Amino acid sequence: MGELKLPPIDYGALAPMLILFGVACLGVLVEVFVPRRSRNAVQLVLALLGVAAALTVLVINRNTRIVTIGGAVAIDGPTVFLQGSILVLGAVSLFLIGERSVEAGGAFVAQAAVLVGSDKDSRQSAGQPGLTEVYPLAAFALGGMLLFVAANDLLTMFVALEVFSLPLYLLCALARRRRLLSQEAALKYFLLGSYASAFFLFGIALLYGYAGGVQLSVIHQAAANPQRSQLLLYGGLGLVAIGLLFKSALAPFHIWTPDVYQGAPTPITAFMAACTKVAAFGALLRVLYVAFEGVRWDFQPVLGTVAALTMLVGAILAVTQTDMKRLLAYSSVANAGYLMVGVLALNPDGLSSTMFYLVAYGFSVLAAFAIVTLVRDSDGEATHLSRWAGIGRKSPLLAGVFTFILLAFAGIPLTSGFTAKFAVFGAAVAGGQTWLVIFGVVTSMLIAFPYLRVVVLMWLSEPGETTPAVSIPGFLTSAALGLGVIVTVALGVVPAPLIDLTREASQFVR
Amino acid sequence: MKDFPFLSILTLLPLVGAVVVACIPRAKAELAKLVALIWSLVVLALSIVMWVAFTVDSQDRFQFHESYSWIPAWGANFTFAADGIALVMLMLVAVLFPVVILASWHDVDSSRRSAPTYFALLLAFEFTMIGVFAAADIFLFYVFFEIMLIPMYFIIGSFGSGQKQYAAVKFFLYSLVGGLFMLASVVGLWVVGGHTFDFEALVKAGGSINTDTARWLFLGFFVAFAIKAPFFPFHTWLPDSGGAAPAGAAALLVGVMDKVGTFGILRYCLPLFPEASRWFAPAALVLAVIGIIYAALLAVGQNDLKRLVSYTSIAHFGFIGIGIFAFTTQGGTGSVLYMVNHGLATGLLFIVVGMFVARRGSALVSDFGGAGKLVPVLAGVLFFAGLASLALPGTAPFVSEFLVLIGTFSTHKPYAVIATAGIVLAAAYVLWMIQRTTQGTLNPALDAVPAMRKDLTLREKVVVAPLIVLLLVLGFYPKPVTDVINPAVQATLQDVGTQDPTPTVADGKAGR
Repeated sequence: MGELKLPPIDYGALAPMLILFGVACLGVLVEVFVPRRSRNAVQLVLALLGVAAALTVLVINRNTRIVTIGGAVAIDGPTVFLQGSILVLGAVSLFLIGERSVEAGGAFVAQAAVLVGSDKDSRQSAGQPGLTEVYPLAAFALGGMLLFVAANDLLTMFVALEVFSLPLYLLCALARRRRLLSQEAALKYFLLGSYASAFFLFGIALLYGYAGGVQLSVIHQAAANPQRSQLLLYGGLGLVAIGLLFKSALAPFHIWTPDVYQGAPTPITAFMAACTKVAAFGALLRVLYVAFEGVRWDFQPVLGTVAALTMLVGAILAVTQTDMKRLLAYSSVANAGYLMVGVLALNPDGLSSTMFYLVAYGFSVLAAFAIVTLVRDSDGEATHLSRWAGIGRKSPLLAGVFTFILLAFAGIPLTSGFTAKFAVFGAAVAGGQTWLVIFGVVTSMLIAFPYLRVVVLMWLSEPGETTPAVSIPGFLTSAALGLGVIVTVALGVVPAPLIDLTREASQFVR
Repeated sequence: MKDFPFLSILTLLPLVGAVVVACIPRAKAELAKLVALIWSLVVLALSIVMWVAFTVDSQDRFQFHESYSWIPAWGANFTFAADGIALVMLMLVAVLFPVVILASWHDVDSSRRSAPTYFALLLAFEFTMIGVFAAADIFLFYVFFEIMLIPMYFIIGSFGSGQKQYAAVKFFLYSLVGGLFMLASVVGLWVVGGHTFDFEALVKAGGSINTDTARWLFLGFFVAFAIKAPFFPFHTWLPDSGGAAPAGAAALLVGVMDKVGTFGILRYCLPLFPEASRWFAPAALVLAVIGIIYAALLAVGQNDLKRLVSYTSIAHFGFIGIGIFAFTTQGGTGSVLYMVNHGLATGLLFIVVGMFVARRGSALVSDFGGAGKLVPVLAGVLFFAGLASLALPGTAPFVSEFLVLIGTFSTHKPYAVIATAGIVLAAAYVLWMIQRTTQGTLNPALDAVPAMRKDLTLREKVVVAPLIVLLLVLGFYPKPVTDVINPAVQATLQDVGTQDPTPTVADGKAGR
């Protein structure tokens, strides 16, 4: 038996992930050693500094193209771009997570273990400072996401999946108000997420049996050989895909989305809608483009059906929603379908347009949820649609911004929603997936209706007695909202720089 | 002179104006109105200069060409260029907006809504209208085609009357559905046309597109334009929107915005997909003829003045449609001229109806009766607008309707014959409407409304005068406009690959 040798490790390329995991561990120590009063500020600054440092290192090493730690991690164009997107969107999400002035104590529960409905619970919801463990949890999640999009073998990918999923399950349960809903959301997400992980793991096992390795390049080579068992290949691909489709919220694996989006604290919902989506689609892109590119003709129709179904389900069910967060959840399901249209183009344009879409959608959805946190009454956020009637009269600026974001979701030109849709549709037509584009166009018509209904509600309806006041956003929420809107405008009017960036980045290493 | 960037400045000017007007505080409503009016007059002045600078006998079909890079990765540019067709449409836009702004002077005063917002929305709408006619890049055209919905949506929804919310949403969804079909076609065209959006490059590439693909792409564009125009059976949004919108905005809605539909067919569908255009022409002709008769019949039965005018407009678009798909120079020129004249005549009709509605507080025909006894001059203007709208000889629409009919008759006799029945129906709906509102015995309820005793004010006279003058002048001497239109129409028909039929001499054998 030979001596065990350490594979060469390029620490520079791994630095962003290492920094975030380090910051997360530091955050745990802060919980122990820093007094409660200053804990929130210290944690927020620490987390933001960590993200900034990781981003800086990433930018410095942006031209790294390497497969390192024994083939476990691939740093290439898509990795760098997607990691950058996750970090930037994550920083904006941290702004929302760190907001403490809109609601006394912030959006998070003061002590998660307090019994719902007890005296202690009413005391905590009255304004005790919220948990600060959310920052290290968010940092762990971000680190896991960075690893997830960089993973070059399925086992690493699985580990990364768990690393970013477990903190998310916890974060979902930490809402200050409507705690039963929040805990239910967390439990649902955890149970269904565990099933999905199990499928993913079983798929890895089948693929290992098929290819004799878990590295994506090994699977790619094995798939070129028709002598091997096709049952193992397709079984493995299908099961791995289920795990990834679950995280991407594609139908029929989307059912957790509305419940979890509704129950989770809104900053966490925003975080999941923006960052998790990037991570999940990043991994999906890598698996499909790197490992299974050779059997594209076999999975394209199946996943195409999934994409069409997702767009339809998202659009149709969005029409029937009466809760703003659920509406945005179904909208995010539909958007996952559009993203899948871009993924299935299976050409370099498909890769670059999907990455463009992820960034564009991420910023818009962050802005949308930032607004949801502001419309509130004494019981917390007023998410029922009827409560939004006549908001335009009371706070025209906020209603104007939200209208703009909704128009972006509807894909009206001069917003990032339009350029992003155009990019994925263009790539899909070039990739021979015209039927998906037709589906995309038809569902865009359907889903325009719920968006428009909200616009009508805000501007054209008379304000009712129960129309809540709109809170004045604190600095952090304003910053998040402002960034979201500015990026949505900028990518709609001058998308060229980001398109060029995604094109330069659209080359996987194998 | 020719190198002056007319089109981009013309497009951006109203946008800047809209921002300026929107920034004026609500308390200074009069200032906002004045700024909006002056701004639109500046746009008009610039358009007139551009009209003068346009060379009629030039070899260049497209003039005032400008191009700035926008999204190089997709080949999308800010390209502006105008041929004769676009030029007359731009002129129409530039003329109608100041008139409508002046006509809408007091529209918002009584409501709780902000006047600066209303006039800012009007200027924003002018921006999108000019942009859509001036664009020579299909991506840019599509952008304007879609964003024009937003100002009009808020004008109808916030400042309209009656079922305004329903009308606004219906308007938006109908147009958006059309727009998304077009988006699919734009994407498809972009891919098969070699990743460019440049209109002239795509026309050159158009011949090499596979026949089936071209037909599908044509259909996407055509549905969008047919909804916008609107042609039967995509027309149901227009009476609702026209009925709910404030009168001035309704004049713009049918006067200029709907022209985008017919303009789009002429400018994009025909040259880009010549074979498909010829293939679909019979179907389009049938739809157009149905529209003429069906909408005219519905107009006869309307009791709401604004809805009535909307239906007349659908009938007129049928005429424009047959003129376009007859593929003759006369028909094409007639159609473009019809677009201009219809903008003037129906615009005037809507504005005058708006004056009646503002005085009476109701748009129902049955609430009027004998109004001519109270407001003789206003009733006279309504009568003139009605006659122009039914294309009485001596008014401008007659020329265009006649050109359309002879142009169609030379190639498609049955359609022309049936369409002629539309003229009779037009006389019926206009004259009956006038009889029921301004003639006959005075409705006592009308007498009780103090506002109905006020005849045209000076402001209202200034509003209607230019339109009346234009309708008369173009009725007797349309040559300056037809000279501009003709070469562009001929070039379009050349793209389609059809030729005018040689004139036949009646020699006794004809007709066998």
